[in-house]
Amino acid sequence: MNDWSRAISGRQTDDSAGSIETVSSNRGLQIEEALIFEQDSPGHCGVDLSEPAPFRNRLGGLERRGMIGLPGLSEPQVVRHFTRLSQKNYAIDTGLYPLGSCTMKHNPRLNEKLARLPGLADIHPLQPVSTVPGALELIDTLAHWLKTLTGMPAIALSPAAGAHGELCGIMSIRAALEARGDRRIRVLVPESAHGTNPATAAACGYTVDPVPADATGRVDRAALEAKLGADVAALMLTNPNTCGLFERGIIEIAEAVHRAGAFFYCDGANFNAIVGRVRPADLGIDCMHLNLHKTFSTPHGGGGPGSGPVALSAGLAPFAPLPWIVHWPDGLELIEHKAGPAENSLGRLKGFHGQMGMFVRALAYMMSHGSDGLRQVAEDAVLNANYLRARLADDLSLSFPGPCMHEVLFDDRFLKDTGVTTLDFAKALIDEGYHPMTMYFPLIVHGAMLIEPTETESKASLDRFIAVVKAIAATARSGEAARFRAAPVHTPRRRLDETTAARKPVLRWRPEPVQRQAAE
Amino acid sequence: MRYLPLTANDRAEMLAAIGVDSIDALFADVPEAARLSGPVDLPQAMGEIEVERLVSRMAARNVAAGSVPFFIGGGVYRHHIPAAVDHLIQRGEFLTSYTPYQPEISQGTLQYLFEFQTQVALLTGMEVANASLYDGATACAEAVMMANRVTGRHKAVLSGGLHPHYREVCETYGRFVGFELSMQDPLDGEEPARLADRDTSCVVVQNPDFFGEIRDYSGLARTCHEAGALLVVVVTEILSLGAIRPPGEMGADIVAAEGQSLGNALNFGGPHVGLFATRDRFVRQMPGRLVGQTVDAAGRRGWVLTLSTREQHIRRERATSNICTNAGLCSLAFTIHLALLGEAGLTRLARLNHAAAVSLAERLEQVPGVRLLSRAFFNEFAVRLPRPAAEIVEVLAGKGVLAGVPVSRFYPDNGTVADLLLVAATEMTTTEDMDRLEAALREVLL
Repeated sequence: MNDWSRAISGRQTDDSAGSIETVSSNRGLQIEEALIFEQDSPGHCGVDLSEPAPFRNRLGGLERRGMIGLPGLSEPQVVRHFTRLSQKNYAIDTGLYPLGSCTMKHNPRLNEKLARLPGLADIHPLQPVSTVPGALELIDTLAHWLKTLTGMPAIALSPAAGAHGELCGIMSIRAALEARGDRRIRVLVPESAHGTNPATAAACGYTVDPVPADATGRVDRAALEAKLGADVAALMLTNPNTCGLFERGIIEIAEAVHRAGAFFYCDGANFNAIVGRVRPADLGIDCMHLNLHKTFSTPHGGGGPGSGPVALSAGLAPFAPLPWIVHWPDGLELIEHKAGPAENSLGRLKGFHGQMGMFVRALAYMMSHGSDGLRQVAEDAVLNANYLRARLADDLSLSFPGPCMHEVLFDDRFLKDTGVTTLDFAKALIDEGYHPMTMYFPLIVHGAMLIEPTETESKASLDRFIAVVKAIAATARSGEAARFRAAPVHTPRRRLDETTAARKPVLRWRPEPVQRQAAE
Repeated sequence: MRYLPLTANDRAEMLAAIGVDSIDALFADVPEAARLSGPVDLPQAMGEIEVERLVSRMAARNVAAGSVPFFIGGGVYRHHIPAAVDHLIQRGEFLTSYTPYQPEISQGTLQYLFEFQTQVALLTGMEVANASLYDGATACAEAVMMANRVTGRHKAVLSGGLHPHYREVCETYGRFVGFELSMQDPLDGEEPARLADRDTSCVVVQNPDFFGEIRDYSGLARTCHEAGALLVVVVTEILSLGAIRPPGEMGADIVAAEGQSLGNALNFGGPHVGLFATRDRFVRQMPGRLVGQTVDAAGRRGWVLTLSTREQHIRRERATSNICTNAGLCSLAFTIHLALLGEAGLTRLARLNHAAAVSLAERLEQVPGVRLLSRAFFNEFAVRLPRPAAEIVEVLAGKGVLAGVPVSRFYPDNGTVADLLLVAATEMTTTEDMDRLEAALREVLL
């Protein structure tokens, strides 16, 4: 029996699904779909290519021998396969995606159209620079917008994602410290930070020193100042932070960090809350990455690709990674080596010139909004989150009082003694047609539920979500824990066994051994 | 503004429900000194018509590869992308979903990633592959760091044939992460193993190498293993593995590759897709996400993200890498393109590429002053010109031919490579394109 027939025969028999068994295991629009490897019809091909005329092979005797093992499918089979797979995904296009700290906002289709213009998608990074002036102009325009919005004098565009931007920032800081002969070993990271922050600092050879939060969900200033010293290279602070709160004391924090001779790195994952209303430079920040795939609407694509430009202060700008585009009075220059103005660059972080496809999308997004619209983005994002906060405060347990920024943090106190966990609550939301909020993060509250609606949700959409959350919370309190533990049941798959997956990893498809097939 | 659904009425009602007078009250935590009183100095909002006009104007200033005879490679290759690929990756359920952290409603993404991992393992001849990294160059740096973890050593040997950007990225990571590099000169023909010593964690080679040369690294693999080091093989033209022996069959321990050639446009260098494959025994030292097979509560086969204790969101400062977002949608494009090609299509596409390059090499060899340097090659080869290649490329660009990559663009201070030109041909290259290049080159070299 192959995997496909096993998948069919393993059909659902549990009545709690409330479903009637079907012959095929399909349930209406929920269709079982085998792996492409299980749909192989050898010799088939979904691309018509002519065979080359006979020629003298120059592979030097290193031809590949034997089959690779790739399945053969026709175009209709492939199109149906991936269309069916797509239907097993939740997405912003299908519903509210309130995943805290991920900024799942609408992804405009104009951006997709423009990124595919031949003059942008069909240009090679190694073409003579004289044949790509428009590409340099576009990158320079994007840089101008991002510098204006952050108030920072320089921006490094090559990092491929937020975590890559963090590497860029911490490397720039270390390069600046080394340039002044200053050896420092610690990086301070609040306990509420994203996991990438400590991972980045450690990757760059620093000891990570965690800073606790105070009772208001913000960094504990006294603890922070006590930890600052001559061996501290940087503070990595997310602002607004991962509790959805603005760090009120940020200017004083910046001053304290600078007094200690350290640099202030800001994780800009949550820039959506303040874009157009606050310039990071005015907060005393030396360095901040932006996620174009969050604030600037480039699609998450199921996990990437992203783009993580890093805004730099004048003190860090000389160390920015290659390549540079320098805006001289008489034009733009692409600098690909450590020479001239880029002599002290920390070097190259990635192949070629950065995530151009994402630059186009982000620029189209910013131009569409304009400076007035971007300010409105921040306001509506904050308004939507506060509306959820106000309307759900009596049903869930709010972790910290007062207005929040673009996301609102609840914890699991309201589930005390119900037998329902944050995970169960999230899975129940899935059955109601919603992607859950971020769960169990940040780590500083118990059973965290971090909700970020973004500005692209209408009031009606929020009202429906509020009604559903209120109803689920009431059900949890009424003692129906078993129902929660079984959720979700209306999905292509129910809860998956993650323990076995990790204990006995099956990370690729392999053909069934021939003898077993023969025995069947 | 077309992307913002709240109306003025909505906003007023919501402020009332919150219990504040104005939006400013919600920004009360922002220090007064940092509050901007009005919009920053940037243009005002624009409609689709205006934005499209402005961006299209910039696009029109560039010479698109498809508009001229085009022979540029150097780690990024122009291939045909079947129409179905771009259609499918734009389905909103793929395009606008997040990382598949909720597996019950992400089986589409998880299943294609499982297929992607399998395809990459098969192509490279390795046992296991991850769900992608940013690009080939960062995958290469991650491979070195993984070899350091596996061997407990901190020095990598980089071959002269490794793509210069990959070398430079390794240099940057080495400086800040803290490992040493021994770098062979670009045209040094000796076995890189001679630079290895007892502290060497890995030797990094490329196949076909940056200059297009295909080599058998089986002997090098044995030398590395005898010395307790790993062999890392980089592949920048993944399509080559439809024609030549995969690194896994040569004894590679880690393969770091660029997957752009399948499903992904040139995009001026990004986004592309980093491929990363290794042996089963090293899987817990791998960077990046992995999708694994399991069963659901009803016993049905399904997929989840697995072995996450390697990753930053669980392990924080002890993670194997700080990577989070990867190349998601680009790996989907890769998977769909390769599913369309299948065994028959991939090998035929590889033959077409090789045939085009052989034909072009044979023609250019006949041009007086041009010397073919490559002996065994796939779809890209190196030629030596009688004058600096950068100048000739510039002149040919003026004649509407994008002739290739002058090696001096990467090594501006190395006089020995100044006359070298890398020339690539793919299934997109027509006989007329070759006629144009040959004629233009004859004219320029006259």
